Amino acid sequence: MGFFFHVGRYFLMLKRVFAKPEKHKMYIKQLFHEIDNLGVNSVGIVVIISIFIGGIMTIQYAYSMANPLYPTTLIGLGTRDTLLLEFSSTILALILAGKIGSNITSEIGTMRVTEQIDSLEIMGVNSTSYLILPKVIAVVFIFPFLYILSVFFGLLGGLVTGSLAGVITMQQYLEGIQWLFIPYYVTFSIIKMFVFGFLVASVPAYFGYYVHGGALEVGKASTKAVVNTNILILFFDLILTRLLLT
Amino acid sequence: MIEVKNLHKAFDGDEVLKGISSRFEKGKTNLIIGRSGSGKTVLLKSILGLYDVDSGEIWYNDLNFTETNERDRKKLRQEIGMVFQGGALFDSISVEENVRFPLDMFTTMTYGEKQNRVEFCLDHVNIEKKAFKLNPSEISGGMQKRVAIARAIALNPKYLFCDEPNSGLDPETATVIDKLIQSLTKEFQMTTIINTHDMNSVIEIGESVLFISNGEKEWVGTKNEILNSENKKLNDFIFANKLYAQLKKGEK
Repeated sequence: MGFFFHVGRYFLMLKRVFAKPEKHKMYIKQLFHEIDNLGVNSVGIVVIISIFIGGIMTIQYAYSMANPLYPTTLIGLGTRDTLLLEFSSTILALILAGKIGSNITSEIGTMRVTEQIDSLEIMGVNSTSYLILPKVIAVVFIFPFLYILSVFFGLLGGLVTGSLAGVITMQQYLEGIQWLFIPYYVTFSIIKMFVFGFLVASVPAYFGYYVHGGALEVGKASTKAVVNTNILILFFDLILTRLLLT
Repeated sequence: MIEVKNLHKAFDGDEVLKGISSRFEKGKTNLIIGRSGSGKTVLLKSILGLYDVDSGEIWYNDLNFTETNERDRKKLRQEIGMVFQGGALFDSISVEENVRFPLDMFTTMTYGEKQNRVEFCLDHVNIEKKAFKLNPSEISGGMQKRVAIARAIALNPKYLFCDEPNSGLDPETATVIDKLIQSLTKEFQMTTIINTHDMNSVIEIGESVLFISNGEKEWVGTKNEILNSENKKLNDFIFANKLYAQLKKGEK
């Protein structure tokens, strides 16, 4: 019963989120703030993680393909396709659910327990829409850019690490990442990123908006939000992969 | 004027408001007093529409609030100012942005007009200009309450609600806040409802006092009548503090 209660309340919340804004100018101002806060501030962690994972994957592919029968171009191909299909979309979304999701839940949850949300409501502001809509649009908008950034730096990490570790030459790696390239993989992953972006913003917002109690409950809500968002990301990854890739 | 008629509200079968009726006059500081858990905050939040009552009526002048739709409620809320117990200032923006927020959201004023109004409101609550650019976390609790009052009056409301406005403040600052609310009520002819369990506030500004106990209306009167009341529950509440028992006896 609890599951259906939460699903129902989540969709009712979404209905209020997409209601007509009181003043577009204020929402647009808030949107730019959220793009900076949730999106631009995530660039650093995306770049660092992607460089390391790209490098690690290249070394692991080189290790598992240490057979003279396998062409060395497979190392670059493997790294590229893993980044394109799964790491830079799904795994990145899971990581960002932790960073952005907990940020959203704790921010909105703190506003709830300190009566700032009540304050907005009494003024006549649709607090659900004012607080959540700019976050949802900002995250959905920024996620595809983070995906492209992650692919680029992941490939760069593989190139640098592979040649520095001596497992593959730059020439072989560059040939590998261009070999049998399927552009649809990028389209598919960008579609996934739109869906994941929506989940990463809206699910934690739901947990923050309906929190009751004090600081302890806000902390618990953050944990719940991240866990539930991660499960939903994996669930939708499975659905979208089945629908769009097979 | 605000009037409530026979309000009932229960949470999970536990009845918190048991048929409260009362009238809150314009231009007066109307106080709701009672012990913790007596239903004061539920009554205030019900009048504000933050809780939907189970039965009864809430009237804002000629408007039956309990029968209004969401659109009309939104409209009415722009005539309401609210000071929360903790201030409820938006902590990510500065003091002046907090006061300007309702103006940005609901008016078509120019930036200059809004800035004038912000300065007028902050000046009325004695906030110095050097504090305008600070964030709420950088000012004292008393100042936060005064900024909250400034934000509440920014749209020139007809109704002002205060939920324990001087809780957590020292007695001197608490008196300043009480007097400030009273003077603003007179100046702008607002209908002001203050939720408190502070007897100093009652003695200072209690022009009309509603005492509720266990979700029921127990007594209504003024600050001059309260010390001589024969109501036992009210006396137990007031004279828990020996100072007021001495005041009743005329001792110093």
